[in-house]
Amino acid sequence: MPSSQLTSASGSGGNKRRTRTSRAIFLGPGLLYISLFMAIPLGFILSYAFLEKAPYGGVRLSFSLDSFTRALEPVYVSVLGNTLLIASITTVLALIIGYPVAYAIAKLPPKWRTVAVILVVLPFWSNFLIRTYAWILLLNSEGILNRGLLSIGVIDQPLALLYTREAVILGLLYAYLPLMILPLYASMERLDWSLLEAARNLGAGRARAFIDVTLPLTLPAAMIGAIFVFVPSVGNFIVPELLGGGKTVMVGNLVRDQFLKARDWPFGSVLALMMVGFLVLLFAVQGYVSRRINVGDSRA
Amino acid sequence: MRSIGWLRVPLFLTYAFLYIPIAVVVVMSFNASKLPFNWTGFSLKWYEKLFQDDVIREGFINTMIVAVGATVFATILGTLLAIGLARYTRSAVLQAYALTPAIVPDLALAIGLLVMFSFVGMTVGLHSVLLAHVVFGLAFVAAVVTARIGQVDPSLEEASQDLGATAWSTFFRITVPTLLPAIVAGALLVFTLSLDEFVIAFFTDGPSTPTLPIVIYSMVRFGVTPEINALAAILLLVSFTVVIAAQRMTRTTDVT
Repeated sequence: MPSSQLTSASGSGGNKRRTRTSRAIFLGPGLLYISLFMAIPLGFILSYAFLEKAPYGGVRLSFSLDSFTRALEPVYVSVLGNTLLIASITTVLALIIGYPVAYAIAKLPPKWRTVAVILVVLPFWSNFLIRTYAWILLLNSEGILNRGLLSIGVIDQPLALLYTREAVILGLLYAYLPLMILPLYASMERLDWSLLEAARNLGAGRARAFIDVTLPLTLPAAMIGAIFVFVPSVGNFIVPELLGGGKTVMVGNLVRDQFLKARDWPFGSVLALMMVGFLVLLFAVQGYVSRRINVGDSRA
Repeated sequence: MRSIGWLRVPLFLTYAFLYIPIAVVVVMSFNASKLPFNWTGFSLKWYEKLFQDDVIREGFINTMIVAVGATVFATILGTLLAIGLARYTRSAVLQAYALTPAIVPDLALAIGLLVMFSFVGMTVGLHSVLLAHVVFGLAFVAAVVTARIGQVDPSLEEASQDLGATAWSTFFRITVPTLLPAIVAGALLVFTLSLDEFVIAFFTDGPSTPTLPIVIYSMVRFGVTPEINALAAILLLVSFTVVIAAQRMTRTTDVT
């Protein structure tokens, strides 16, 4: 697809030079900007992780692995474990809810699909703080949910819904569910449904056809969705603070505190590096799985 | 194939889950009562109070400066990058690199920028938030425009050049007009993203120029007030309008 200009431009020397200039003009500024304001900042985190902390923030320029060993202290291991547990539960719930929803949208008549997808994505583009704040209104002991339950007599004492771990999971699920549904829907829309029919014609039952055909073909997208839910859940510090009431401490809260309160930048860098590490690692796994499925495809 | 009508149950439950909390905030913004959870009647007084609040007005102005600036720069850089990726390289690594700012964890990007700015001794303020917002903004613009370039026939550009047009005039008379809907859609998305962005602004902003999300954060931490509901309702309306407009722009790109 992008080749036609390249081939047509390779005619004469003058054209070649012009192509090279155009390439620099088009690609140069954007790639330079990303390097300056993303790659280099991430490089700073990487190098700060191996430095010694200075007393009032910042670093001393001497090599040290202290911040890594500090991350292994029981206090921090338990925060990390707690974070991974919360992010995992959120991701599994998002998958359980998101999969049938994406499937339902893909099975809608074409003219309704676009509207159905926009309705899923729309909340995601609105202010994150406000969407989290909305749950305070709902879950508060004086809130809508408790009032409703009290008035119909299901409970006679307000439930402690807010400032619990469940509230944190709910808040994260609410925030990131669209990111699970979107890639799943995209893959189901492109799915070759005739494969499913073929399986059915060859005598596979409904469940068997789903497990053998639909599930493997949508697995790479499900993994992308899982990454899009899991990684930001790990790094979120707003939901634990507003809906967890500070009782649920997650890695994101630790990172923020290292930079704004404790002023231990190297330790904060180690924790932030971990988030980027998760992202890279999970994408590597996803890439491996989707390549294997594609290979299986072409063999069949 | 048999109807899968029952599958629409989880779909509608999910819509309820996604929209009821938002609807509650909007409804409560019209509540006359000062107590956040008691409905006592319809009133617009919280909107009135909102427009008289100096802190919120300043936050709004700061946010607009950042959002407009970030949108302009991200749109120019992202569009050039998308054209470059489609026409002047086949490298999958460069394609992936150009999209990375959109998926890198915001907290990691935020503290990376904070560390870098402090290392080079740069004073922080609205300009540093703007610089930061451009980086993920340009990735979003590049993604939207790239999707559009895939549908455009490059022979139009070739024909223009064969007929003697300069690269410059081909770019402005052929390339930009055919990509315009996608460019506008990308710009609109960057604008809402920047308008609502909190984490990166929180770490890269100076103390004297809080953006609106930072103002909201400090309000929300102290609890529920009817004023926040009114502000929330307005911001929701703005985001929804802009995103739907962006969606309509990309839909009109389905021309042959």
